[in-house]
Amino acid sequence: MLIFEISAKGRRNHLQAPRLAPAATDIPAHLLRHKAPLFPEVSELQVVRHYTQLSRKNFSIDTQFYPLGSCTMKYNPRGVHQLASLEGFLQHHPLTPASHSQGYLQSAYELQQILSHITGLSAVSLTPMAGAQGEFAGVAMIRAYHLSRGDTARTEFLVPDAAHGTNPATAVMCGFRIKEIPTDKHGDVDLDALRAAVGPHTAGIMLTNPSTLGVFERRISEIAKIIHAAGGLLYYDGANLNAILGKCRPGDMGFDVMHINLHKTFATPHGGGGPGSGPVAANDRLKPFLPTPIVGYDGKQYRWLTTKDCPQSIGRLSAFMGNAGIILRANIYARLLGREGLCRVSEYATLNANYLMARLQQAGFTLAFPDRRASHEFIITFKKEAKTLGVSAKDIAKRLLDYGVHAPTTYFPLLVPECFLIEPTETESKEELDNFINILITILKEAKDSPDLVKQAPHNLPVRRLDDLKAAKELDLTWRE
Amino acid sequence: MNTLPQELRYTTTHEWVRIENDTATIGITEHAQSLLGDLVFVDLPTLKKGLAVGDDAAVVESVKAAADVYSPVDGEVIAVNTDLNDKPELINQEPYGAGWLFKVKLVGELPLSLLSAADYEAMLDEE
Amino acid sequence: MPFIPHTEDDVKTMLKTIGVKSTDDLFDEIPSNLRINDLNALDVGLNEMAMGRDMKDRAARDGGLACFLGAGAYEHHIPAAVWQITGRGEFLTAYTPYQAEASQGTLQLLYEYQTMMAHLMGLEVSNASLYDGASALAEAVLMAVRTNTAAKESRILIAGNLHPHYRQTIEALVRPQGILLETLPYNDKTGCLETQLPKIENGDIVAVVIAQPNFFGGIEEVDAITDWAHQHQALVIAVVNPIAMALLKEPGAWGQRGADIVCGEGQPLGIPLASGGPYFGFLCTKMDYVRQMPGRLIGRTVDQDGKPGFSLTLQAREQHIRRAKATSNICTNQGLAVTAATIYMSLLGASGLSDVAKASHANSKTLCAALTAIPGIRLRFNSPYFHEFVIECPCTADVLIQALLKKNILAGLDLSVLSPELDHCLLICVTETKTADDINAYVNAFLHALQNITSISTTVED
Ligand SMILES: Cc1ncc(COP(=O)(O)O)c(C=O)c1O
Repeated sequence: MLIFEISAKGRRNHLQAPRLAPAATDIPAHLLRHKAPLFPEVSELQVVRHYTQLSRKNFSIDTQFYPLGSCTMKYNPRGVHQLASLEGFLQHHPLTPASHSQGYLQSAYELQQILSHITGLSAVSLTPMAGAQGEFAGVAMIRAYHLSRGDTARTEFLVPDAAHGTNPATAVMCGFRIKEIPTDKHGDVDLDALRAAVGPHTAGIMLTNPSTLGVFERRISEIAKIIHAAGGLLYYDGANLNAILGKCRPGDMGFDVMHINLHKTFATPHGGGGPGSGPVAANDRLKPFLPTPIVGYDGKQYRWLTTKDCPQSIGRLSAFMGNAGIILRANIYARLLGREGLCRVSEYATLNANYLMARLQQAGFTLAFPDRRASHEFIITFKKEAKTLGVSAKDIAKRLLDYGVHAPTTYFPLLVPECFLIEPTETESKEELDNFINILITILKEAKDSPDLVKQAPHNLPVRRLDDLKAAKELDLTWRE
Repeated sequence: MNTLPQELRYTTTHEWVRIENDTATIGITEHAQSLLGDLVFVDLPTLKKGLAVGDDAAVVESVKAAADVYSPVDGEVIAVNTDLNDKPELINQEPYGAGWLFKVKLVGELPLSLLSAADYEAMLDEE
Repeated sequence: MPFIPHTEDDVKTMLKTIGVKSTDDLFDEIPSNLRINDLNALDVGLNEMAMGRDMKDRAARDGGLACFLGAGAYEHHIPAAVWQITGRGEFLTAYTPYQAEASQGTLQLLYEYQTMMAHLMGLEVSNASLYDGASALAEAVLMAVRTNTAAKESRILIAGNLHPHYRQTIEALVRPQGILLETLPYNDKTGCLETQLPKIENGDIVAVVIAQPNFFGGIEEVDAITDWAHQHQALVIAVVNPIAMALLKEPGAWGQRGADIVCGEGQPLGIPLASGGPYFGFLCTKMDYVRQMPGRLIGRTVDQDGKPGFSLTLQAREQHIRRAKATSNICTNQGLAVTAATIYMSLLGASGLSDVAKASHANSKTLCAALTAIPGIRLRFNSPYFHEFVIECPCTADVLIQALLKKNILAGLDLSVLSPELDHCLLICVTETKTADDINAYVNAFLHALQNITSISTTVED
């Protein structure tokens, strides 16, 4: 039932809005609204019950194991959430003078320092509102750098075929043409293809390391050399930072600029699709181009740096200063864990991934890269099962839902057919991992014994498989009376 | 798989071309439509648009994928299959017939890169 | 170990299964010259109690001001139920609803959101959110360029009285694609766009961007501007305040044909000020343009038993499928803020929202009347306004702002941010949250400050 379908004319909540507000007689009639919008008319209890019931139709980290590769669905600590929601922070208007914003500014400044240290890059701007906007910032900074040197020939960006979709989309938004770089059979960038692709038109490359294939790019220093020698710069997609916290740093690998997904590595909740936050970190060469505002500190007071302080900045990416509430949460999370806790994150995330990978291999599942160490995630492929049993990765994913486990990322990266990208994260216990393994073994057996059970899954959820074709052909995007 | 129409020419990117005098009719192959699945939308080129070999000419979109259709020839668009606006499924049903996409008035020579049915079939076997 | 559940025995068993001696061995593919061994430049961790003290202290430093500042972020009452429900773990800790069967809660809620937003704007479709109002406008501009293929050049005319931060954001986000941004001037007396609209050739302009209300709070003659733009084959992009739309004419009804793309900041709909985010951007349009929309869309459909259900639709527009040719690079959006806004709109209903708008308007009239009755203070622009207005003072606005801060009042925005000539101008916002006492307190503090300032300047002149 939709909220509109429990609505009744004339019902309203009297305590939530001011009563008997006077009409706006000074505004000319032709500028006023004459037809009320179609909103539901429902009581507070009806609203509370409706949305509480809807919430129960969701899988979430709080209720299920959620090993979604590339998304780092780790536990989002409650204490962090509570402290970032203190009244003083919530009331605080973004344009409040700095004298009355020191609490927030200090927290943001500290996070800039923490991120700078973790990434090995000298300066940070927290303003990008998600990973993709961080990518935009970084690629736009590379563009601004080349232009500042009068180097207008650099019109191409290199993107490996394993890259996340946001990478090529971002480079295009920044006005670049894309050159795709193939991956070799071990999951590394094909260096010969890379050498052949670089040249005077190369503005830079976007890379994730460990890559979206769940393996560490071992020849990263060589890649950096090739790109830099051609006059290009390196962008690091920080979506997989959870794998290397305290183990190595993108700055040392030769990257010039990167983003960090606070909603992954720094445990801020995903909120059913967002919000996130995608701070961008840069080395000295690209620092002048960072987006504004940035928080500065003179030893006494924190203040906003704007384009006046940073004349070469690529400018502003949002009306205010990004997703401040997420930045607060990341600060609290990082300081709760501290230096030891942050190093443990990558250790246990990697331990969990390699354990799962080893056990699944023993149980007869096909690894995409059996000779490689897993990073914090790894890939299995159901290509064989799809051929022999007619059961696809999608079918197995749907069947997992029946067992109360969220499916891993499916069909990404595009390079590996019928794949699962599995990322358990460090906050899951061995028992949870063992349970997941047993479920997958059971499903594989079902796929052999009663394939229809798997192909028709899910069976136990609020709805069965949805008709996506109908959704796209008979577009129904809003309810009408 | 159905046998390929022998009279058509093909591309490595799964377009087919039917040449009749100085007109080329272009569509996507049976193989391409089966990879894409049920089509929900087709974005056709505008009439009179000039196309060179390899240019983006149209987009075919299914629920889970979208693919560019590249022009296999040089020329000018002289007709588009407007039936597809309401019935993109024609491409799934009759890729070589009612599911054609657009027609081009040819300029110059046919590109050497066009494949014969046999070559295209051999390419598919390799995949 | 914070948030890590492993026992020592677990670790031993797991390492054995993997066939390595220590967790350190798991990083053996990282070249040794790149390895670091610690993060010792950072502090040691705090526990929850110590962190609580620290953060409460910081929050206290930032809170406690009576807010009369708007300029794109507005304080409204947020009913208790909004965040209590939004904060449920099943909404808070879910990912993007890619597995539709396991995400019907979020998906249905978003469909309801799309419905309410589209109806509020008087348009046919709404997406499921963008980052914020300013970046949503940048996306609207890019969408207009893709949509209006008849235009000869990628030129956009932007209202000169648009929020300056919005203007700066579009500059940063669309300039790399070679789009030309030009300014549509506003009248110095009214603060609204000139009624004498410039001469342009048909097809010269892709789109015209209009803010309703404008940055000064003023209400624009939207019908005339919309029709003028359409006559010249330009699209109309409306940037609106969603609360104001409960009172002012909805963009879908502007002029003969209505605005084509509507976007703006969703924060007033139940999202706290919170230092500027997370908020959410909304974007609505006509059905004809839906394929050029950026961001996620939820469609209603049926499952294999014919039961109604919801799923992401038209995904071929998005980066995860279309990659380099996607309509936008956006992936993570602002889902949770939209959850709050949906609950907010449901609780208030159309009449509640309209009362919030009217009460805000009435309160701002009250404060404006009291301030402009003070000798030397005048209303800077003489157009009707919604819940924000500009006064011109005998001193710089900053002096007044500093003086009122001492009384814990956030007096408004110093308009010298927009242009140095406006440095005596203060942009003030009053919403339904302010009582008659709050307004009196503002006026008294203002009078007091003014007296101090004039007496100081008199003494200096003596
Ligand atoms: C590898 C990778 N890069 C980039 C992104 C984009 O980040 P966001 O969703 O925060 O925009 C993601 C997120 O899904 C990702 O997994």
